[in-house]
Amino acid sequence: MSPSGTGAPAAPVARNAVAIKNFAFTPATLKVKVGTTVTWTNQDGDSHTVTSAGAGGPLHSAAMATHDTYSYTFTKPGTYAYLCTIHPFMTATVEVT
Amino acid sequence: MTNYYDSDDGASAGDAGRPDTEHGMNRRQLLRHAGWFGGAVVLTVAGGEVISHIADSRDTNAAAAAGDGAAGSGALRFVQVSDSHIGFRGPANLDVVGSFTEAINQVNSLGFRPDFVMHSGDLTHLSTAGQFDQVKQLMTAMKTDRIFTVPGEHDSIGDAGRAYRRTFGMGTLGDGWYSFDTHGVHFIALVNTLSLEKLGHLGNEQIDFVRRDIAGLSSDTPIVVFSHIPLFAMYPQWGWSTDDALKVIALLRRFSSVTCLNGHVHQLFTKTDGNITFHSATTTAYPLPKPGRGPAPTPQVVPARQLKSALGIRSVGYRQGDRELAIKDQRLA
Repeated sequence: MSPSGTGAPAAPVARNAVAIKNFAFTPATLKVKVGTTVTWTNQDGDSHTVTSAGAGGPLHSAAMATHDTYSYTFTKPGTYAYLCTIHPFMTATVEVT
Repeated sequence: MTNYYDSDDGASAGDAGRPDTEHGMNRRQLLRHAGWFGGAVVLTVAGGEVISHIADSRDTNAAAAAGDGAAGSGALRFVQVSDSHIGFRGPANLDVVGSFTEAINQVNSLGFRPDFVMHSGDLTHLSTAGQFDQVKQLMTAMKTDRIFTVPGEHDSIGDAGRAYRRTFGMGTLGDGWYSFDTHGVHFIALVNTLSLEKLGHLGNEQIDFVRRDIAGLSSDTPIVVFSHIPLFAMYPQWGWSTDDALKVIALLRRFSSVTCLNGHVHQLFTKTDGNITFHSATTTAYPLPKPGRGPAPTPQVVPARQLKSALGIRSVGYRQGDRELAIKDQRLA
């Protein structure tokens, strides 16, 4: 799973996947093209959500248990900030171009 | 619902001597909460227990030491439990139902019957109907006359607190806030886990409620405020703060004694700011790291013996006429 290279910060393994691990979204900033379906996978023992920050955002998963996944297809360009409502110190963004 | 909140042994109140209250609750509040408590508001007199932590209380201690029913004529004693996280499964606590049950047993073994028990949020871990039913059922074992709650962010996942309010919100205002009076103390229970973005949030509607709620109170009325997330900036980097709490704090500045009791941070912490004292309670489920110790406030796995000493309950005493509340935190025995 983890990149074997050293030195520079690790690039995301897959360009449309976000891991939820150790109470953080990885990568914290994901850049995708319009039309990409992004999938979040909870690898933690505790539950998390993927929820848009602010009102009206498109992301709102249910509480995801361990190994649960959540997917969303981004159809419009923009910067999508989101967090885990259970642990709102967990924040990240998806940049869609 | 009625049976849940009502006393099952109907002890007498013994406070008939006070002119402006009825069973310790003023008439307006009693009416407001009549539906909530089924109209059977009974404050139990807890006799024989010496309250030894009240500051400047030479006379009242003597009265309390005298024991019997008379000791209860002015004394209020309540319990705060917090963060039971029913439904949590993880190595940090393999049996949150067991530890919450132990906490309830400890409440029942305090040697006095608390006037009420406040659960300050994160009753459940994931806001499921089953978890709400389970925690409500567990709490029926508590020997007290009334049980109050405020929601935690774990109680309002994905539905802005609707499932919480279905189970615990009867008789509350707005998104679940309320106030009540007993034993000369004014209690305010706030909801700061909705509209949650990094920090707790109260919102203007709720702040307006507080403004109206305290408008008629004399400044020497002791105030107790309950919330899940701290109303002070305990550690904002981890979300341990409420972004608009200062608006409420400003409203409370004129009172001579304000005590804010919260949960959320799973550890004891006290801070005094002028007339206002903040007390974070511990949890009955699992410890969290001290602020900044570690990358994130994640459940801490500790040896079984240490776990119990990290968990606990809080009892609070107050005697009318005193300025301060006496707060006593006890580890899970």
